[in-house]
Amino acid sequence: MASLSDPQRDTFRLSQLINDSRYRSLTIQTVAMILLVLLFSWLVSNTVQNLQALGKDFDFGFLGEPAGYDINQRLIEYNSQATHGRAALVGILNTILVAVLGCALATVLGIIAGVLRLSNNWLVAKLMAVYVEAFRNVPLLLWIIAIFAVMAESMPQPRAFREGGGAEMILFDSVAVTNRGVYIPTPVWGDGSTVLVIVFLASLVGIWAFRRYARKRQEATGDILPVFWVGLGLFFVPSVLAYFVMGRPVTLDYPELGGFNFTGGLHLRNSLIALWLALSLYTGAFIAEIVRAGILAVSKGQTEAAFALGLRPGRTMNLVILPQAMRVIVPPLISQYLNLTKNSSLAIAVGYMDVRSTLGGITINQTGRELEGMLLLGAFYLATSLVIAAVMNVYNNSIKLKER
Amino acid sequence: MSDTNAHSVRFVRQSMIPEQEPPLTEAGAIKWIRENLFSGWLNILLTVLSVAFIYYVLSHMLPWFLNTVWNAGSLSECREIRNATWGSDVPSACFAVIKDRWPQLLFGFYPSDYYWRPVLALVVFLAAIAPVLFSGLPRKMLWFSLASPFLMFFLLWGGTIWGPIVVASGFVLGYALFVGLSKAAGTLVGVIAAIVAPVIYWLAIAGPLARGLGAVLPIGLEFVPSDDFGGFTLSFIIGIAGIILSLPLGILLALGRQSDLFLINKVSVAFIEVIRGVPLIVWLFTASLLLNYFLPPGTNFDLMLRVIIMVTLFSAAYIAEVIRGGLAALPRGQYEAADALGLDYWKSMRLIILPQALKISIPGIVNTFIGLFKDTTLVVFIGLLDPIGLSNAIRATTDWQGLYWELFVFIGLLFFIACFSMGQYSLYLERKLQTGHR
Repeated sequence: MASLSDPQRDTFRLSQLINDSRYRSLTIQTVAMILLVLLFSWLVSNTVQNLQALGKDFDFGFLGEPAGYDINQRLIEYNSQATHGRAALVGILNTILVAVLGCALATVLGIIAGVLRLSNNWLVAKLMAVYVEAFRNVPLLLWIIAIFAVMAESMPQPRAFREGGGAEMILFDSVAVTNRGVYIPTPVWGDGSTVLVIVFLASLVGIWAFRRYARKRQEATGDILPVFWVGLGLFFVPSVLAYFVMGRPVTLDYPELGGFNFTGGLHLRNSLIALWLALSLYTGAFIAEIVRAGILAVSKGQTEAAFALGLRPGRTMNLVILPQAMRVIVPPLISQYLNLTKNSSLAIAVGYMDVRSTLGGITINQTGRELEGMLLLGAFYLATSLVIAAVMNVYNNSIKLKER
Repeated sequence: MSDTNAHSVRFVRQSMIPEQEPPLTEAGAIKWIRENLFSGWLNILLTVLSVAFIYYVLSHMLPWFLNTVWNAGSLSECREIRNATWGSDVPSACFAVIKDRWPQLLFGFYPSDYYWRPVLALVVFLAAIAPVLFSGLPRKMLWFSLASPFLMFFLLWGGTIWGPIVVASGFVLGYALFVGLSKAAGTLVGVIAAIVAPVIYWLAIAGPLARGLGAVLPIGLEFVPSDDFGGFTLSFIIGIAGIILSLPLGILLALGRQSDLFLINKVSVAFIEVIRGVPLIVWLFTASLLLNYFLPPGTNFDLMLRVIIMVTLFSAAYIAEVIRGGLAALPRGQYEAADALGLDYWKSMRLIILPQALKISIPGIVNTFIGLFKDTTLVVFIGLLDPIGLSNAIRATTDWQGLYWELFVFIGLLFFIACFSMGQYSLYLERKLQTGHR
């Protein structure tokens, strides 16, 4: 275009800023820049004025002051004398805890429901459709408080577990589901358990190395090694051997009924259980749809071609269908993980002490630092999603179809 | 044919045998059951498990549902009726609470004399949305759709009728200036005039004009403050306002993110990523706690309006990402063809790119809308009385203390109906717009 219209650089007219497409983008951006700067300076000057009027300053020093409140659910040492910063850290860990637990369970539920919804079995397919639609079309908040109500209202009291109380522990007397929460056995790490952990980690490395070797060998010679069975053996046998050789270093501490409540074991609070189950069931319904779409996205011709090549159904699934389906499934799956992490901020409904409840809730109320607290809270969530998004981009690039 | 075989074959049938019924196991219900429920050991196992599960759920739920008490004034009355009718150990639902409190769940604390106003507003909304949803309806109805937001506002909040009319006339003014000046003095002048003049009009003239007209001709409805709104009325207002406002904003953001202009592109990316990276609940708290910091001292505006703004910005960022996917999915040739035809940016977007990109994005857009509508329940945390907040309030009264499931079922059902029908509409639209040859 420029070559046709004979540019006259020496006689630049002002109207070219608007009418000439070479300069117009500069004009638009300059105007946008000016407007943006004006907007920001307006917001900042308002904030400064408002803070002055309230007699507040902008200072993150409150993070070093003692918090003065208790947190009932914590993964690291914390007491009410600890600082606001540490309270925020406890909250962050709690958020990560429920997010990781939720992602794991949601994936399992989603894959099961997604595959079963495609099943030939009419009844199962319909049942899964009902599950997916029911959870996708009703607000998550309602599910969280409903499951919390089930836990708090419908479960037996701890004292019902006494002789003749009508309630029984499940899974060989190891798990007690009560209205105060779920009590599960907790492992006690005795002498020599370090060796056990090392053996277990070593066997994981062994599985990885064997898979690598098997793939190399298959590519070189065409022989197929029994990767699954060897992997399964490597997973269990060394660890079990080491467990008995070291003289059973790990024991389980079972919850016991003492007085009116359970002692020993690990106490999972209702708030955690309700939030975890609701997040998993809700996100699982979305993941089920993603899995279903991923499987349907692989055209039937691929299966038929694999069969025509003489591959057995299992191999067809592993070598032909899944790698292609994964390319469709994984990006939205990770975005669901991200959603689950953000939705975990609904912990407020059941009083689970996540980062929003500690840093964004009690800390803000006690110190009156709304601006700083909300900024930190937003920065935490933003950083989490940017990190996950970055990981997703790396993965997407690695599995992208290599074209041209 | 039979002749040629006659010498070698002892018997050749000369006529067709009458068609026989298929074997019993290969027809009708039995075949269906065999193929769909018992075709292999895995299927049999799944069927048995499903039946057991369904039986378990129904055996717990059905008696509770069937033994419903509909007429009672409190939970204890409910229990008395149950004890008298079925005995004390029979599970029994107490849907009397819904019968007693449904106005509250639907309308919040809206004055009961004026319930017809939200209902009429809903009717207006349905009438306004119909020509947008179904292309078979006359196009003239779209004019009513354009006027409907002002009508709905007037019906819901009341006050003098001149407020909405004066505000609406600002849009008319802008449009008239755009059409008039574009012809006379060029598009750019027209656009600038169409933006600047209504803003000046709204800021300087609209208020006194509405008051003056109201003094001369006092037509209007009783004013209802935002604090009285609650229940599903509130959910619908926030949801619908968010949906209507976020779509154009989302389209603009998506175009901004695709733009070649460096600054516009980066600002759009930053806006979208920041909004999407932070949970809605944090944004809602920002709206209720922090917004006053960012505005000139002394400004104090309606919490509901703040929530609508936040929800709109939030879902606009999501819609922008969905539409960006649609824009990216279009073949490059479409953009090049639009350029080759000599269309300018806005024309090529409006006539060639967006119609196709939006069509591809419909499922994602509707999913975002469904998410937005479900997310309206989060406003309970900043003190607005949505259905869940009201269910907590109802449970806090002595009459209905300890009542959970009836309220959850009612609220869940209403949300399900609204969201499920949105999902079904998106499926319908996908089928209708499917132009590919399959």
